Amino acid sequence: MTDSPEPSTLIIEAGRSELHYWRDLWNYRELFTILAWRDVSVQYKQTFIGVAWAVLRPALTMAIFTVIFGRIAKVPTEGNVPYPLLVMAGMLPWFLISTIVSNGANSLVTNSNLISKVYFPRLIVPVASALVAVVDFAINLVLLFAMMAWFGFLPDWHLLLMPAFVVMGLLAALGPTLIMAALNVNYRDFRFVIPFAVQFGLYVSPVGFSSAIVPEKWRLLYALNPVVAVVDGFRWSLLGGRTHFGADTFLTGSAVIALFLWFGIKLFRGTERSFADLV
Amino acid sequence: MSKRTVIRASGLGKSYVIGHKGADRHDTLRDTLARGAGNLVRMGRSAMRGRPLVAGDTTEEFWALRDVSFEIAQGDVVGVIGRNGAGKSTLLKVLSRITEPTAGRVEIRGRVASLLEVGTGFHPELSGRENIFLNGAILGMSQAEIRRKFDEIVAFSEVERFLDTPVKRYSSGMYVRLAFAVAAHLESEILVIDEVLAVGDAEFQKKCLGKVNDLANAGRTVLFVSHNLGTIGALCTRGIVLQNGRVAHDGAIGEALATYVAQSTRSVDYVAGADAAGKPVHFAAARVAESEGGIVVRAEVMAGAAQSIIVNARIRDPIGAPLGMASLGGFDPGQLVQLAAGRNAIAMQVCLPPLANGNYFVDLDIEEPYGHFLDRVEGQLNFEIVRTPESSHGRVLLPDWGVGTIQFPARAAAAS
Repeated sequence: MTDSPEPSTLIIEAGRSELHYWRDLWNYRELFTILAWRDVSVQYKQTFIGVAWAVLRPALTMAIFTVIFGRIAKVPTEGNVPYPLLVMAGMLPWFLISTIVSNGANSLVTNSNLISKVYFPRLIVPVASALVAVVDFAINLVLLFAMMAWFGFLPDWHLLLMPAFVVMGLLAALGPTLIMAALNVNYRDFRFVIPFAVQFGLYVSPVGFSSAIVPEKWRLLYALNPVVAVVDGFRWSLLGGRTHFGADTFLTGSAVIALFLWFGIKLFRGTERSFADLV
Repeated sequence: MSKRTVIRASGLGKSYVIGHKGADRHDTLRDTLARGAGNLVRMGRSAMRGRPLVAGDTTEEFWALRDVSFEIAQGDVVGVIGRNGAGKSTLLKVLSRITEPTAGRVEIRGRVASLLEVGTGFHPELSGRENIFLNGAILGMSQAEIRRKFDEIVAFSEVERFLDTPVKRYSSGMYVRLAFAVAAHLESEILVIDEVLAVGDAEFQKKCLGKVNDLANAGRTVLFVSHNLGTIGALCTRGIVLQNGRVAHDGAIGEALATYVAQSTRSVDYVAGADAAGKPVHFAAARVAESEGGIVVRAEVMAGAAQSIIVNARIRDPIGAPLGMASLGGFDPGQLVQLAAGRNAIAMQVCLPPLANGNYFVDLDIEEPYGHFLDRVEGQLNFEIVRTPESSHGRVLLPDWGVGTIQFPARAAAAS
């Protein structure tokens, strides 16, 4: 980078789109790593129980869901899958997505001191903040495997597909994150919208129930929520194909995810040059 | 080494939209509602067009930079000079790609590292060691580069013992030293530095300036903003004077400083900006007036609680070189200024020897009796010495004689 004999000329101009944007992004990969590391290592500093928070949050939510929906409201489980396992397998991808969106959407504002003082491709900030959620997810996965062992549920070859659904979850989260992060810089209204949207998302996504209970004619409409495909797919791969996962859900979900991602990147890149003036 | 152009700016401009609040004369509920609705419509309209929201009843376009053109060759050490709000910081932000210009273009050859603030991105919860890596990466150093220079950085910062302590437990002096140590080891072809050397104690400042000097001698291109004309005069070979967002002068540093000084002949009173309010003791306003045999400095000082302080007036000559210092309490503890909580009016009479004609700067400090600075006003106040041959019975010393600016009184002594 520094030792090229004839450094290329950088041109700064109004409205000029960056030619080497993606290469630039690659050059800043170390900054990305270190920002992600910062967020991860600061996350549980000066807390009493530390990393246990990562486990406690989904564990408690699962317990509440099991008692209220499973026992009191008698929401049915699917097949022979124990209800707590059904919830936990839905909770993990849901927390992954919702944490990325809520952290990422505020990330530009919380890092305003960096944005107004240093240049780097701004895309790094929301994406690096997503890594905290990935670490939490990995910790929770251990908890989930422990639960499966407890219930005597052994995963089979379907498990090999699980990483693909995690990646799908990351991409599903990234699109809305970029949109909200970019809008949040200028319109702080989104600070109030995001917690509400996340709360709402928990109920319209198949976390506390199986999407098999959604009537057949509404399935396609339901699949427009990209979280449905991720949660269904994750649960399906983990529980050895014993839960519902339709091909149409997968295709619709992928299309919506791609659309959000395309629009998110476009919006983010279109506005990122003015972030320093607005934030 | 060939002197090729590394930065070429042409017609650079940067505008911001600022809002004004209308007059609050007829503030009935109906007026307020009507105006609120009007603002909502306007904001809605800018939101639709993807423009930034601006609070206020009317908006105005403000050009922080206008039609700025210059060329900088490799190895130039350029001082950017101008009053507050002249566009210095905006220019540096455009050159370091933090903000986009509204008009014009810049061509830059080589890696630019910018240092607009000391300790950007320092995280209070992380240790000194962790922050060195974090801050280095933010400033654009690679991890390998930081590892290579780690020991040097630590030695420069003088905080070895506290490397594994979270920086939130650091004293402000340690914090600044560590932050600057990282920045000082930044290597790039072009270095852009904002007013960051004005921190830390005098000894550390000297060390920092030495470091910048080394970089300049090593053939790096440096762009440097400071209010301290003495520093600029000593470090830079060339000066660009900005005035209201335009280039007022571009040339050798001596001429540039002279232009800047001539620009600010009328002493403007100092009024504290919003950032001063956070300090426990600070200048709210200050002015310098000429008086018989010298000057009178009048200041209003805000204090959070009653305490005694030292007030210094440091005087710099027309080219920014230090001339001397007057102090209440700094030399004689019997003269310490007693502050009450709230607003205090302070006046200090400074007796001056006969001085060469020209414009002199007055920098003010508030200091605690044991040497901790509480607030500073720098590069803001000045006074002019105009002596005519008639008023001083003969010839008048001028700065361009090159013999200094103090005319010492002398008389014939008895020759033995």
